[in-house]
Amino acid sequence: MAISKLILIWQSFPSLLRGTLITIELTAGFLGLGLILGIPLAFGQVYGNRLITTTILSPFVKVFRAIPALVLLFLFFFGSAFFGIELSAFTAAILAIGLRSTAYQSQIFRGAIQSVGGGQMMAARSVGMSKLKAIRYIVLPQALRLSIPPWTNEYAGVLKDSSLAYAVGVTELMRQGRYIVARTFGNALLVYSVCAIIYFILVYTGNKFLGFLEEKYKMPGYEVKKRRRKILERI
Amino acid sequence: MLETILKAEQLHKKYGGLEVLKGISFEVKRGETKVIIGPSGTGKSTLLRCINQLTPPDKGRVWLDGVEITDPKVDINKIRSSIGMVFQDFNLFAHLTALNNVRIGLAKVKGIEKQKATELARKELQRVGLGDKASSYPAELSGGQQQRVSIARALAMNPKLLLFDEPTSALDPELIGEVLEVMINLAREGMTMLVVSHEMGFARSVANEIIFMEHGVIVEEGPPQQLFTRPAHKRTGEFLHKITELYGESGR
Repeated sequence: MAISKLILIWQSFPSLLRGTLITIELTAGFLGLGLILGIPLAFGQVYGNRLITTTILSPFVKVFRAIPALVLLFLFFFGSAFFGIELSAFTAAILAIGLRSTAYQSQIFRGAIQSVGGGQMMAARSVGMSKLKAIRYIVLPQALRLSIPPWTNEYAGVLKDSSLAYAVGVTELMRQGRYIVARTFGNALLVYSVCAIIYFILVYTGNKFLGFLEEKYKMPGYEVKKRRRKILERI
Repeated sequence: MLETILKAEQLHKKYGGLEVLKGISFEVKRGETKVIIGPSGTGKSTLLRCINQLTPPDKGRVWLDGVEITDPKVDINKIRSSIGMVFQDFNLFAHLTALNNVRIGLAKVKGIEKQKATELARKELQRVGLGDKASSYPAELSGGQQQRVSIARALAMNPKLLLFDEPTSALDPELIGEVLEVMINLAREGMTMLVVSHEMGFARSVANEIIFMEHGVIVEEGPPQQLFTRPAHKRTGEFLHKITELYGESGR
Protein backbone atom coordinates (compact mmCIF):
# COMPACT_ATOMS: atom_id res chain seq x y z
CA MET A 1 0.00 0.00 0.00
CA ALA A 2 2.55 2.53 1.18
CA ILE A 3 4.88 1.44 -1.59
CA SER A 4 2.25 2.05 -4.25
CA LYS A 5 1.68 5.58 -2.86
CA LEU A 6 5.40 6.28 -3.03
CA ILE A 7 5.48 5.06 -6.60
CA LEU A 8 2.53 7.32 -7.43
CA ILE A 9 4.33 10.35 -6.02
CA TRP A 10 7.50 9.35 -7.84
CA GLN A 11 5.63 8.98 -11.12
CA SER A 12 3.67 12.21 -10.77
CA PHE A 13 6.69 14.25 -9.76
CA PRO A 14 7.67 15.39 -13.27
CA SER A 15 4.19 16.81 -13.94
CA LEU A 16 4.05 18.43 -10.49
CA LEU A 17 7.45 20.00 -11.17
CA ARG A 18 6.20 21.30 -14.51
CA GLY A 19 3.27 22.83 -12.65
CA THR A 20 5.62 24.30 -10.09
CA LEU A 21 7.61 25.92 -12.86
CA ILE A 22 4.46 27.57 -14.23
CA THR A 23 3.57 28.69 -10.69
CA ILE A 24 7.01 30.29 -10.40
CA GLU A 25 6.61 31.94 -13.80
CA LEU A 26 3.21 33.32 -12.80
CA THR A 27 4.59 34.63 -9.51
CA ALA A 28 7.56 36.25 -11.24
CA GLY A 29 5.15 37.86 -13.71
CA PHE A 30 2.84 39.21 -10.99
CA LEU A 31 5.69 40.57 -8.90
CA GLY A 32 7.58 41.93 -11.90
CA LEU A 33 4.59 43.79 -13.29
CA GLY A 34 3.73 45.05 -9.82
CA LEU A 35 7.28 46.25 -9.25
CA ILE A 36 7.69 47.97 -12.61
CA LEU A 37 4.38 49.79 -12.35
CA GLY A 38 4.10 50.04 -8.57
CA ILE A 39 7.29 52.06 -7.95
CA PRO A 40 6.51 54.87 -10.44
CA LEU A 41 2.91 54.86 -9.23
CA ALA A 42 4.06 55.38 -5.66
CA PHE A 43 6.44 58.20 -6.61
CA GLY A 44 3.63 59.73 -8.65
CA GLN A 45 1.37 59.68 -5.63
CA VAL A 46 3.98 61.28 -3.38
CA TYR A 47 5.76 63.76 -5.65
CA GLY A 48 3.62 63.94 -8.75
CA ASN A 49 1.02 66.21 -10.17
CA ARG A 50 -1.98 66.40 -7.86
CA LEU A 51 -4.49 66.24 -10.72
CA ILE A 52 -3.02 63.04 -12.19
CA THR A 53 -2.89 61.50 -8.72
CA THR A 54 -6.53 62.18 -7.91
CA THR A 55 -7.94 61.35 -11.35
CA ILE A 56 -5.85 58.33 -12.36
CA LEU A 57 -3.43 56.93 -9.79
CA SER A 58 -5.55 56.85 -6.64
CA PRO A 59 -8.70 55.51 -8.40
CA PHE A 60 -6.58 52.75 -10.00
CA VAL A 61 -5.30 51.71 -6.59
CA LYS A 62 -8.78 51.83 -5.07
CA VAL A 63 -10.40 49.74 -7.81
CA PHE A 64 -7.75 47.03 -7.95
CA ARG A 65 -7.66 46.64 -4.21
CA ALA A 66 -11.43 46.42 -3.91
CA ILE A 67 -12.18 43.62 -6.42
CA PRO A 68 -11.51 39.97 -5.54
CA ALA A 69 -8.65 38.40 -7.47
CA LEU A 70 -10.88 35.70 -8.94
CA VAL A 71 -13.36 38.29 -10.26
CA LEU A 72 -10.51 40.26 -11.84
CA LEU A 73 -9.21 37.08 -13.38
CA PHE A 74 -12.58 36.25 -14.96
CA LEU A 75 -13.04 39.84 -16.12
CA PHE A 76 -9.68 39.83 -17.90
CA PHE A 77 -10.00 36.32 -19.33
CA PHE A 78 -13.62 36.24 -20.42
CA GLY A 79 -14.04 40.01 -20.75
CA SER A 80 -11.15 40.45 -23.16
CA ALA A 81 -12.99 38.55 -25.91
CA PHE A 82 -15.80 41.07 -25.60
CA PHE A 83 -13.38 43.78 -26.74
CA GLY A 84 -12.11 41.57 -29.55
CA ILE A 85 -8.80 40.85 -27.82
CA GLU A 86 -7.69 37.29 -27.46
CA LEU A 87 -5.77 36.76 -24.26
CA SER A 88 -4.31 33.41 -23.30
CA ALA A 89 -5.23 32.20 -19.82
CA PHE A 90 -1.63 32.79 -18.75
CA THR A 91 -1.55 36.39 -20.02
CA ALA A 92 -4.95 37.16 -18.51
CA ALA A 93 -3.74 35.86 -15.16
CA ILE A 94 -0.54 37.93 -15.31
CA LEU A 95 -2.51 41.08 -16.12
CA ALA A 96 -5.29 40.58 -13.58
CA ILE A 97 -3.23 39.56 -10.58
CA GLY A 98 -0.18 41.58 -11.67
CA LEU A 99 -2.21 44.81 -11.79
CA ARG A 100 -3.77 43.96 -8.47
CA SER A 101 -0.27 43.45 -7.06
CA THR A 102 0.68 46.82 -8.60
CA ALA A 103 -1.98 48.44 -6.47
CA TYR A 104 -0.80 46.70 -3.31
CA GLN A 105 2.90 47.18 -3.99
CA SER A 106 2.42 50.86 -4.79
CA GLN A 107 1.11 51.36 -1.27
CA ILE A 108 4.07 49.48 0.20
CA PHE A 109 6.42 51.81 -1.69
CA ARG A 110 4.37 54.91 -0.91
CA GLY A 111 4.64 54.18 2.81
CA ALA A 112 8.37 53.60 2.47
CA ILE A 113 8.92 56.81 0.47
CA GLN A 114 7.00 58.80 3.01
CA SER A 115 8.98 57.38 5.89
CA VAL A 116 12.24 58.39 4.19
CA GLY A 117 11.15 61.94 5.03
CA GLY A 118 11.18 65.32 3.35
CA GLY A 119 14.54 66.32 4.80
CA GLN A 120 16.40 63.88 2.57
CA MET A 121 14.77 65.29 -0.54
CA MET A 122 15.49 68.85 0.57
CA ALA A 123 19.15 68.05 1.27
CA ALA A 124 19.48 66.35 -2.12
CA ARG A 125 17.96 69.36 -3.89
CA SER A 126 20.24 71.67 -1.90
CA VAL A 127 23.37 70.08 -3.41
CA GLY A 128 21.89 70.74 -6.84
CA MET A 129 20.22 67.45 -7.73
CA SER A 130 17.13 67.60 -9.90
CA LYS A 131 13.99 66.03 -8.48
CA LEU A 132 14.59 62.95 -10.64
CA LYS A 133 18.20 62.57 -9.52
CA ALA A 134 17.20 63.05 -5.90
CA ILE A 135 14.65 60.26 -6.27
CA ARG A 136 17.09 58.00 -8.10
CA TYR A 137 20.10 58.39 -5.82
CA ILE A 138 18.68 59.36 -2.43
CA VAL A 139 15.01 58.52 -1.91
CA LEU A 140 14.65 55.31 -3.95
CA PRO A 141 17.62 53.41 -2.44
CA GLN A 142 16.32 54.13 1.04
CA ALA A 143 12.68 53.44 0.19
CA LEU A 144 13.54 50.08 -1.40
CA ARG A 145 15.40 48.99 1.71
CA LEU A 146 12.46 49.96 3.91
CA SER A 147 10.09 48.11 1.55
CA ILE A 148 11.66 44.68 1.89
CA PRO A 149 9.81 43.52 5.05
CA PRO A 150 6.29 44.40 3.79
CA TRP A 151 7.24 43.21 0.30
CA THR A 152 7.99 39.78 1.77
CA ASN A 153 4.29 39.62 2.63
CA GLU A 154 3.29 40.58 -0.88
CA TYR A 155 5.55 37.87 -2.28
CA ALA A 156 3.92 35.20 -0.14
CA GLY A 157 0.41 36.46 -0.92
CA VAL A 158 0.90 36.66 -4.66
CA LEU A 159 2.63 33.28 -4.86
CA LYS A 160 -0.39 31.64 -3.31
CA ASP A 161 -2.80 33.70 -5.44
CA SER A 162 -1.20 32.08 -8.49
CA SER A 163 -3.27 29.00 -7.65
CA LEU A 164 -6.35 31.02 -8.73
CA ALA A 165 -5.12 30.80 -12.31
CA TYR A 166 -6.32 27.19 -12.06
CA ALA A 167 -9.83 28.58 -12.55
CA VAL A 168 -9.16 29.84 -16.07
CA GLY A 169 -7.21 26.76 -17.09
CA VAL A 170 -3.55 27.60 -16.57
CA THR A 171 -1.74 24.34 -15.88
CA GLU A 172 0.05 25.50 -12.80
CA LEU A 173 0.79 23.38 -9.75
CA MET A 174 -2.79 22.99 -8.53
CA ARG A 175 -4.11 21.98 -11.95
CA GLN A 176 -1.34 19.41 -12.36
CA GLY A 177 -2.29 18.05 -8.96
CA ARG A 178 -5.94 17.95 -9.95
CA TYR A 179 -5.05 15.97 -13.11
CA ILE A 180 -3.27 13.34 -11.07
CA VAL A 181 -6.15 13.08 -8.61
CA ALA A 182 -8.58 12.67 -11.52
CA ARG A 183 -6.44 10.02 -13.25
CA THR A 184 -5.94 7.84 -10.22
CA PHE A 185 -8.35 7.06 -7.42
CA GLY A 186 -8.50 8.00 -3.74
CA ASN A 187 -5.30 10.03 -3.70
CA ALA A 188 -6.71 13.55 -3.18
CA LEU A 189 -5.28 14.00 0.31
CA LEU A 190 -1.87 12.72 -0.68
CA VAL A 191 -1.49 14.72 -3.90
CA TYR A 192 -2.82 17.97 -2.48
CA SER A 193 -0.56 17.54 0.53
CA VAL A 194 2.42 17.30 -1.78
CA CYS A 195 1.18 20.49 -3.50
CA ALA A 196 0.88 22.17 -0.09
CA ILE A 197 4.44 21.17 0.78
CA ILE A 198 5.71 22.57 -2.52
CA TYR A 199 3.94 25.89 -1.88
CA PHE A 200 5.39 25.97 1.61
CA ILE A 201 8.91 25.39 0.32
CA LEU A 202 8.52 28.13 -2.30
CA VAL A 203 7.28 30.67 0.24
CA TYR A 204 9.83 29.66 2.84
CA THR A 205 12.88 29.85 0.57
CA GLY A 206 11.65 33.09 -1.00
CA ASN A 207 11.22 34.68 2.41
CA LYS A 208 14.62 33.44 3.48
CA PHE A 209 16.17 35.05 0.43
CA LEU A 210 14.37 38.35 1.07
CA GLY A 211 15.47 38.21 4.70
CA PHE A 212 19.02 37.83 3.45
CA LEU A 213 18.59 40.90 1.21
CA GLU A 214 17.17 42.84 4.14
CA GLU A 215 20.19 41.97 6.25
CA LYS A 216 22.67 42.68 3.47
CA TYR A 217 21.30 46.11 2.57
CA LYS A 218 20.30 47.30 6.02
CA MET A 219 21.06 50.92 6.84
CA PRO A 220 23.06 51.24 10.05
CA GLY A 221 20.80 52.85 12.61
CA TYR A 222 17.64 51.42 11.07
CA GLU A 223 18.12 47.77 11.93
CA VAL A 224 16.43 46.15 14.89
CA LYS A 225 17.84 42.67 14.58
CA LYS A 226 21.09 43.35 16.32
CA ARG A 227 19.30 44.78 19.30
CA ARG A 228 16.97 41.81 19.39
CA ARG A 229 19.93 39.48 19.48
CA LYS A 230 21.41 41.38 22.37
CA ILE A 231 18.18 41.22 24.34
CA LEU A 232 18.01 37.48 23.73
CA GLU A 233 21.54 37.08 25.03
CA ARG A 234 20.60 38.89 28.22
CA ILE A 235 17.67 36.55 28.80
CA MET B 1 34.79 98.20 -1.10
CA LEU B 2 33.89 94.51 -1.23
CA GLU B 3 31.80 93.20 -4.05
CA THR B 4 28.23 92.11 -3.42
CA ILE B 5 27.71 88.38 -3.89
CA LEU B 6 24.13 87.97 -2.71
CA LYS B 7 21.37 90.49 -3.02
CA ALA B 8 17.75 89.95 -1.95
CA GLU B 9 15.12 92.49 -2.86
CA GLN B 10 11.65 92.76 -1.37
CA LEU B 11 11.12 89.07 -0.64
CA HIS B 12 7.56 88.11 0.24
CA LYS B 13 6.28 84.70 1.25
CA LYS B 14 2.85 83.62 2.41
CA TYR B 15 1.78 80.24 3.80
CA GLY B 16 -1.98 80.17 3.39
CA GLY B 17 -3.15 83.34 5.12
CA LEU B 18 0.03 83.72 7.13
CA GLU B 19 2.51 86.20 5.74
CA VAL B 20 5.91 84.93 6.86
CA LEU B 21 8.13 87.34 4.95
CA LYS B 22 6.91 90.86 4.41
CA GLY B 23 9.43 92.42 2.11
CA ILE B 24 12.97 91.47 3.07
CA SER B 25 15.91 93.19 1.40
CA PHE B 26 19.57 92.81 2.23
CA GLU B 27 22.98 92.18 0.73
CA VAL B 28 25.92 89.95 1.56
CA LYS B 29 29.40 90.84 0.37
CA ARG B 30 32.04 88.35 -0.69
CA GLY B 31 33.87 86.87 2.28
CA GLU B 32 31.40 88.25 4.75
CA THR B 33 29.65 86.38 7.57
CA LYS B 34 26.16 87.58 8.34
CA VAL B 35 24.18 86.23 11.24
CA ILE B 36 20.39 86.41 11.26
CA ILE B 37 18.79 86.39 14.69
CA GLY B 38 15.23 86.77 15.88
CA PRO B 39 12.45 85.02 17.78
CA SER B 40 11.18 81.69 16.45
CA GLY B 41 8.42 81.85 13.87
CA THR B 42 9.85 85.04 12.44
CA GLY B 43 10.64 83.59 9.04
CA LYS B 44 14.40 83.15 9.36
CA SER B 45 14.44 79.60 7.98
CA THR B 46 11.94 80.53 5.28
CA LEU B 47 14.21 83.38 4.27
CA LEU B 48 17.16 81.01 3.80
CA ARG B 49 15.04 78.66 1.71
CA CYS B 50 13.77 81.54 -0.38
CA ILE B 51 17.37 82.35 -1.21
CA ASN B 52 18.23 78.97 -2.74
CA GLN B 53 14.64 78.58 -3.96
CA LEU B 54 13.91 75.41 -2.01
CA THR B 55 10.86 77.48 -1.13
CA PRO B 56 10.28 79.88 -4.01
CA PRO B 57 9.29 83.34 -2.77
CA ASP B 58 5.89 84.72 -3.85
CA LYS B 59 7.37 88.07 -4.76
CA GLY B 60 10.80 89.62 -4.81
CA ARG B 61 14.10 88.89 -6.49
CA VAL B 62 17.43 87.34 -5.55
CA TRP B 63 20.77 87.82 -7.27
CA LEU B 64 23.79 85.60 -6.79
CA ASP B 65 27.05 86.91 -8.17
CA GLY B 66 25.18 89.25 -10.50
CA VAL B 67 22.81 86.56 -11.88
CA GLU B 68 19.15 86.85 -11.04
CA ILE B 69 18.31 83.40 -9.69
CA THR B 70 14.61 84.11 -9.23
CA ASP B 71 14.41 84.33 -13.02
CA PRO B 72 12.36 81.30 -14.15
CA LYS B 73 14.69 80.82 -17.13
CA VAL B 74 17.71 80.17 -14.93
CA ASP B 75 18.82 76.53 -14.26
CA ILE B 76 18.04 76.44 -10.58
CA ASN B 77 19.73 73.06 -10.00
CA LYS B 78 22.99 74.53 -11.22
CA ILE B 79 22.53 77.58 -9.00
CA ARG B 80 21.76 75.42 -5.98
CA SER B 81 24.93 73.44 -6.50
CA SER B 82 26.84 76.67 -5.91
CA ILE B 83 24.95 77.53 -2.70
CA GLY B 84 25.72 75.16 0.16
CA MET B 85 23.12 74.56 2.81
CA VAL B 86 23.50 73.17 6.31
CA PHE B 87 20.34 72.10 8.10
CA GLN B 88 19.35 72.12 11.74
CA ASP B 89 18.80 68.36 11.78
CA PHE B 90 21.76 67.57 9.47
CA ASN B 91 19.75 65.63 6.85
CA LEU B 92 22.69 63.42 5.98
CA PHE B 93 21.78 60.71 3.47
CA ALA B 94 21.08 57.79 5.81
CA HIS B 95 22.06 55.01 3.40
CA LEU B 96 25.47 56.45 2.56
CA THR B 97 28.75 56.54 4.46
CA ALA B 98 30.23 59.88 5.46
CA LEU B 99 32.53 59.74 2.44
CA ASN B 100 29.70 58.97 0.03
CA ASN B 101 27.55 61.71 1.54
CA VAL B 102 30.25 64.18 0.58
CA ARG B 103 31.03 62.52 -2.74
CA ILE B 104 27.57 62.02 -4.19
CA GLY B 105 27.10 65.65 -5.18
CA LEU B 106 30.49 65.69 -6.87
CA ALA B 107 29.75 62.49 -8.76
CA LYS B 108 26.09 62.90 -9.66
CA VAL B 109 25.72 66.67 -9.96
CA LYS B 110 29.14 67.79 -11.13
CA GLY B 111 29.91 64.56 -12.98
CA ILE B 112 33.41 64.26 -11.61
CA GLU B 113 34.88 60.79 -12.15
CA LYS B 114 34.98 58.43 -9.22
CA GLN B 115 38.61 58.51 -8.18
CA LYS B 116 38.90 62.28 -8.34
CA ALA B 117 35.57 62.70 -6.50
CA THR B 118 36.73 60.34 -3.75
CA GLU B 119 39.93 62.29 -3.37
CA LEU B 120 38.09 65.62 -3.12
CA ALA B 121 35.57 64.18 -0.67
CA ARG B 122 38.34 62.86 1.57
CA LYS B 123 39.96 66.26 1.57
CA GLU B 124 36.74 67.93 2.69
CA LEU B 125 36.24 65.38 5.47
CA GLN B 126 39.77 66.10 6.68
CA ARG B 127 39.02 69.81 6.56
CA VAL B 128 36.24 69.33 9.13
CA GLY B 129 38.41 66.97 11.18
CA LEU B 130 36.67 63.73 10.24
CA GLY B 131 39.21 62.06 7.97
CA ASP B 132 39.02 58.92 10.12
CA LYS B 133 35.22 58.65 9.90
CA ALA B 134 34.99 58.25 6.13
CA SER B 135 33.39 54.81 6.26
CA SER B 136 30.98 55.50 9.12
CA TYR B 137 27.27 55.79 8.46
CA PRO B 138 25.36 58.83 9.77
CA ALA B 139 23.69 56.81 12.54
CA GLU B 140 27.13 55.79 13.79
CA LEU B 141 28.24 59.41 14.26
CA SER B 142 27.52 61.88 17.05
CA GLY B 143 25.36 64.91 16.28
CA GLY B 144 28.37 67.17 16.11
CA GLN B 145 30.16 64.81 13.74
CA GLN B 146 27.07 64.51 11.56
CA GLN B 147 26.81 68.27 11.30
CA ARG B 148 30.48 68.51 10.36
CA VAL B 149 29.94 65.90 7.62
CA SER B 150 27.03 67.97 6.35
CA ILE B 151 29.27 71.04 6.27
CA ALA B 152 31.84 69.00 4.32
CA ARG B 153 29.07 67.92 1.93
CA ALA B 154 28.22 71.56 1.29
CA LEU B 155 31.89 72.60 1.00
CA ALA B 156 32.69 69.87 -1.50
CA MET B 157 30.55 71.60 -4.12
CA ASN B 158 32.88 74.59 -3.86
CA PRO B 159 30.02 76.98 -3.10
CA LYS B 160 29.98 80.73 -3.54
CA LEU B 161 27.83 81.03 -0.46
CA LEU B 162 27.00 78.83 2.53
CA LEU B 163 23.62 78.99 4.24
CA PHE B 164 23.35 77.69 7.81
CA ASP B 165 19.92 77.06 9.27
CA GLU B 166 20.40 76.92 13.05
CA PRO B 167 23.31 74.48 12.69
CA THR B 168 23.80 73.95 16.42
CA SER B 169 20.20 73.99 17.71
CA ALA B 170 19.79 70.22 17.62
CA LEU B 171 23.10 69.50 19.36
CA ASP B 172 24.04 68.71 22.92
CA PRO B 173 25.82 71.69 24.49
CA GLU B 174 29.14 69.88 24.58
CA LEU B 175 28.99 69.13 20.84
CA ILE B 176 28.23 72.70 19.78
CA GLY B 177 31.85 73.78 20.12
CA GLU B 178 33.25 71.44 17.45
CA VAL B 179 30.73 72.68 14.89
CA LEU B 180 31.29 76.34 15.73
CA GLU B 181 35.02 75.81 15.48
CA VAL B 182 34.63 74.57 11.90
CA MET B 183 32.42 77.57 11.09
CA ILE B 184 34.87 80.01 12.65
CA ASN B 185 37.69 78.55 10.57
CA LEU B 186 35.59 78.89 7.44
CA ALA B 187 34.89 82.52 8.24
CA ARG B 188 38.60 83.12 8.69
CA GLU B 189 39.36 81.44 5.37
CA GLY B 190 37.05 83.96 3.74
CA MET B 191 33.99 81.79 3.03
CA THR B 192 30.83 83.83 2.52
CA MET B 193 28.26 82.69 5.05
CA LEU B 194 24.70 83.53 5.98
CA VAL B 195 23.91 82.00 9.34
CA VAL B 196 20.66 81.73 11.24
CA SER B 197 21.76 81.10 14.80
CA HIS B 198 21.21 81.87 18.44
CA GLU B 199 24.87 81.44 19.25
CA MET B 200 25.53 84.95 20.51
CA GLY B 201 29.19 84.31 21.15
CA PHE B 202 29.65 83.30 17.53
CA ALA B 203 27.56 86.23 16.28
CA ARG B 204 29.49 88.70 18.35
CA SER B 205 32.98 87.51 17.57
CA VAL B 206 32.68 86.24 13.98
CA ALA B 207 29.83 88.09 12.26
CA ASN B 208 30.62 91.12 10.18
CA GLU B 209 27.00 92.09 10.53
CA ILE B 210 23.95 90.94 12.43
CA ILE B 211 20.44 91.09 11.05
CA PHE B 212 17.66 91.19 13.62
CA MET B 213 14.36 89.93 12.21
CA GLU B 214 10.92 89.89 13.77
CA HIS B 215 7.44 89.25 12.36
CA GLY B 216 8.72 88.88 8.82
CA VAL B 217 10.62 92.15 8.60
CA ILE B 218 14.19 93.22 9.27
CA VAL B 219 14.07 95.37 12.39
CA GLU B 220 17.70 96.31 12.47
CA GLU B 221 20.95 95.50 10.75
CA GLY B 222 24.48 96.41 11.70
CA PRO B 223 27.87 95.38 13.07
CA PRO B 224 27.71 93.33 16.30
CA GLN B 225 29.22 96.03 18.52
CA GLN B 226 26.54 98.46 17.45
CA LEU B 227 23.65 96.05 18.02
CA PHE B 228 24.95 94.80 21.33
CA THR B 229 25.94 98.14 22.82
CA ARG B 230 23.72 100.83 21.28
CA PRO B 231 20.88 99.30 19.25
CA ALA B 232 18.73 101.77 17.35
CA HIS B 233 15.55 99.94 18.28
CA LYS B 234 14.42 99.16 21.79
CA ARG B 235 13.17 95.71 20.66
CA THR B 236 16.65 94.72 19.41
CA GLY B 237 18.13 95.49 22.80
CA GLU B 238 15.44 93.52 24.60
CA PHE B 239 15.87 90.48 22.40
CA LEU B 240 19.66 90.48 22.61
CA HIS B 241 19.52 90.90 26.35
CA LYS B 242 17.13 88.01 26.75
CA ILE B 243 18.96 85.66 24.42
CA THR B 244 22.37 86.44 25.88
CA GLU B 245 21.04 85.72 29.35
CA LEU B 246 19.58 82.45 28.13
CA TYR B 247 22.46 81.08 26.08
CA GLY B 248 25.35 82.79 27.84
CA GLU B 249 28.11 84.36 25.87
CA SER B 250 30.96 81.93 26.32
CA GLY B 251 33.22 84.49 24.61
CA ARG B 252 34.19 82.42 21.59
